[in-house]
Amino acid sequence: MIDPTVVELSRAQFAAVAMYHFLFVPLTLGLAWLLVIMESAYVMSGKEIYRDMTKFWGKLFGINFALGVTTGLTMEFQFGTNWAYYSHYVGDIFGAPLAIEGLMAFFLESTMVGLFFFGWNRLPKAGHLAVTALMALGTNLSAVLILIANGWMQDPVGSAFNPVTMRMELVDFAALVFNPTAQAKFVHTVGAGYVTGSVFVLGISSWYLLRNMHIEFARRSFRIAAAFGLASAACVIVLGDESGYAMTPSQQSKLAAIEAMWESEPAPAGLTLVASINEAEQSNDWEIKVPYVLGLIATRSANTGLPGIREIRAHNRERIKSGIEAVAALEAMRRDPHDSAARELFKAHQQDMGYGLLLRRYTENVRAATPEMIERAVFDSVPKVAPLFWGFRLMVGLGFSFLALFALSFWFAVKNEFRQKTWLLKWALYGMPLPWIASQLGWFVAEYGRQPWTVFGLLPTHISASSLSAANIWGSIAAFVGFYTLLLVAELYLMFKYARLGPTALQGYAAAAGRSGTPT
Amino acid sequence: MFDYLTLKLIWWLLVGVLLIGFAVMDGHDMGVGTLLPFLGKDDTDRRVMINTVAPHWDGNQVWFITAGGAIFAAWPVVYATAFSGMYWALLLVLFALFFRPVGFDYRSKLQDARWRSAWDYGLFAGSAVPALVFGVAFGNLFQGVPFYFDDSMRSFYTGSFWALLNPMALLFGVVSLSLLTLQGATFLAHRTEGPLQQRALKAARLFALVLLVAFCAAGFWVSRIDGFVIKSIGDVGSALSPMMKVVAREQGAWFGNYQKLPLLWLIPALGCAGALGVIVLARRTLLAFVASSVACLSVILTAGVALFPFVLPSSSTPAASLTAWDACSSYTTLNVMFWVAVIFTPIVLAYTGWAYHVMAGKVTREYIVGNDKSLY
Repeated sequence: MIDPTVVELSRAQFAAVAMYHFLFVPLTLGLAWLLVIMESAYVMSGKEIYRDMTKFWGKLFGINFALGVTTGLTMEFQFGTNWAYYSHYVGDIFGAPLAIEGLMAFFLESTMVGLFFFGWNRLPKAGHLAVTALMALGTNLSAVLILIANGWMQDPVGSAFNPVTMRMELVDFAALVFNPTAQAKFVHTVGAGYVTGSVFVLGISSWYLLRNMHIEFARRSFRIAAAFGLASAACVIVLGDESGYAMTPSQQSKLAAIEAMWESEPAPAGLTLVASINEAEQSNDWEIKVPYVLGLIATRSANTGLPGIREIRAHNRERIKSGIEAVAALEAMRRDPHDSAARELFKAHQQDMGYGLLLRRYTENVRAATPEMIERAVFDSVPKVAPLFWGFRLMVGLGFSFLALFALSFWFAVKNEFRQKTWLLKWALYGMPLPWIASQLGWFVAEYGRQPWTVFGLLPTHISASSLSAANIWGSIAAFVGFYTLLLVAELYLMFKYARLGPTALQGYAAAAGRSGTPT
Repeated sequence: MFDYLTLKLIWWLLVGVLLIGFAVMDGHDMGVGTLLPFLGKDDTDRRVMINTVAPHWDGNQVWFITAGGAIFAAWPVVYATAFSGMYWALLLVLFALFFRPVGFDYRSKLQDARWRSAWDYGLFAGSAVPALVFGVAFGNLFQGVPFYFDDSMRSFYTGSFWALLNPMALLFGVVSLSLLTLQGATFLAHRTEGPLQQRALKAARLFALVLLVAFCAAGFWVSRIDGFVIKSIGDVGSALSPMMKVVAREQGAWFGNYQKLPLLWLIPALGCAGALGVIVLARRTLLAFVASSVACLSVILTAGVALFPFVLPSSSTPAASLTAWDACSSYTTLNVMFWVAVIFTPIVLAYTGWAYHVMAGKVTREYIVGNDKSLY
């Protein structure tokens, strides 16, 4: 049996490095397209201010991009170093989009980012714009592929178990690529990136306007960010709703936990706005509900009910019992490949094998699981409710606040009155950290909500980890924390320094020194 | 279109192509990083060196990332076993690589000398450590690493980090470090001028010589140890589990493929010719870079051919050794990924070539001084 401490530490490490990586990714995704918009304005209008805007926001893009690349390297290593059984068990499917991501997206984005920074004087205007656009395309393609991989973990389609190799194998590549869960996640995630990029440009521009610096530069940046942000925020909310729809068949337990829905809801299900969650009693002390809405969001119909946590657990109990048969039959087949009775039994219960494996958390010998163990596995088959319930609500609330911010910014930008609206500029400035919080919450809800699985219904988290000792993982966590803290300090220092400099950051060191009279 | 056996062979070759692509492309910027503290006499010199690779290092690094992704997709059990088993070796490479993206991008964004010098050392570590560890890894492949599988195909590694740093593996480390440094030196000589170029030429000759000696010594050492050989295995054209074969250890077995097909000796010969070519042709910088790239290709292929079909031999449980026949993905995955590689590799090569074309020409001290804030 795997040491539960190793599993918990591996989860903590993965969560930490993945969430840290996702501090940098959304800004890259969004800012890349804003650079394309600004440079397009330059190419079409010929006004140099748009070129300077592209270069200046491009500098901040570069400071952020460097850490995105650095922390992205970690992600490629994590699956193998800390989730080796996962990598063996599903690498046949999960590895493919990762490799394609390298070949199709990383090469493009990384090659073009070099030309973006160093090709200004070597490429014609339109040529450089094409480079910027290809760079943005590359970053977004990378998001498509990684979300295809993640979408498969949430909703594993197009694959089957092979008893010879003891792993899941790909049977339908098109199903993997066109997985509706992946598609909805992609648009929701890149949309969140666009919101982040827009809030970033809007916030820093507002700071210049509040301090009466770089007015022309800031006004134009503000306008572009407001327009792009408004479209993106609307997109995120619509596609977040699409994610809710898509997750219902495969992941009712996540939805039930997010909604604190202990009992099944008859059609059409109501949407719980707030509730006092009582995990001990497995019920809500009180709740405020809007009728019909959840049913419409989750099932797109007014006459489909939604199962509550109790019903899901009862259903899982049956699947666990059936899964025990599958695990036992597989073990018999491994001992004697010609045992046709075992083969038949395995075929009959194969679809529940993952549920049988849930028992490996409590006993090595699944066949000998006691009724208490089965009950514990049944209870653990649904994640904790309160973190998901509140995490989700906070994310959605933030999403609507971005919509409001961009709608107002856009409105006053059209009326050309935003410079006087100091409350709006301050909102944009002090609200800058919020999209990062929303993205982190989004990933938390998606991944914590999938527990106890790494691949829903197929592979439990607690058997996915590598056979390492806890001391090793403590060591690597300490090293990651140390390196990442140093890198973050350097990144934030440069980011603040260059944001404060504004467009003057584009002048050479010599010129800047001559102007301020402080030669170095 | 292809049968499973052919696809297994193709993927052995494709992983090889990616590793060679890594050595040729990322190798030259890692080589420049390794040489940075030795050849750069002042800040402007060091910036010249960094800016020869500034527009390209990120794209080049993707050869490494894609090689990792391809091993995950094509040989999942190899990726799982190697990365979790050699945990600290992999993390050492990872932490060293951390210094590259930030080192390149952040170094010249401040004028402070201590800041810049700190990142210079970071770039050195981020280049030299992975270059060394890759060879050390190959050195350990030839000796086998201790791991086994339980009945559910969970891998267990029973060795230690320090055991990986044995003398033979370190000799292989010298081969890979000198190979990539040579690649960096010839590239640098091609893209710089004046005294810096002279120093790069000297470095190229020196590391070509080191490579030649270390490569031959490593070959001799391999002939003295017990290699691995498959005595029996199931139908290699079908899906196999790694535990379904019999493996023996015999002295000189790593030369079996060369004895079976003597034409293969051309590959290590070409490696030596590449290194010699650099020594002779150093002044004709583009030719020297090509010769050095040929050395990269041949040295990696020499090791690959010797090991074939082994990919990750197990010293403690030889039967658990992972090979191209039984460690690979399903037919469907190998087939789909083959077509993806066929379509995208030429596209990648085309725009990479274009990017080098756009940025072609010498990087001079004047160019650095004239663009002091927009360059790395």
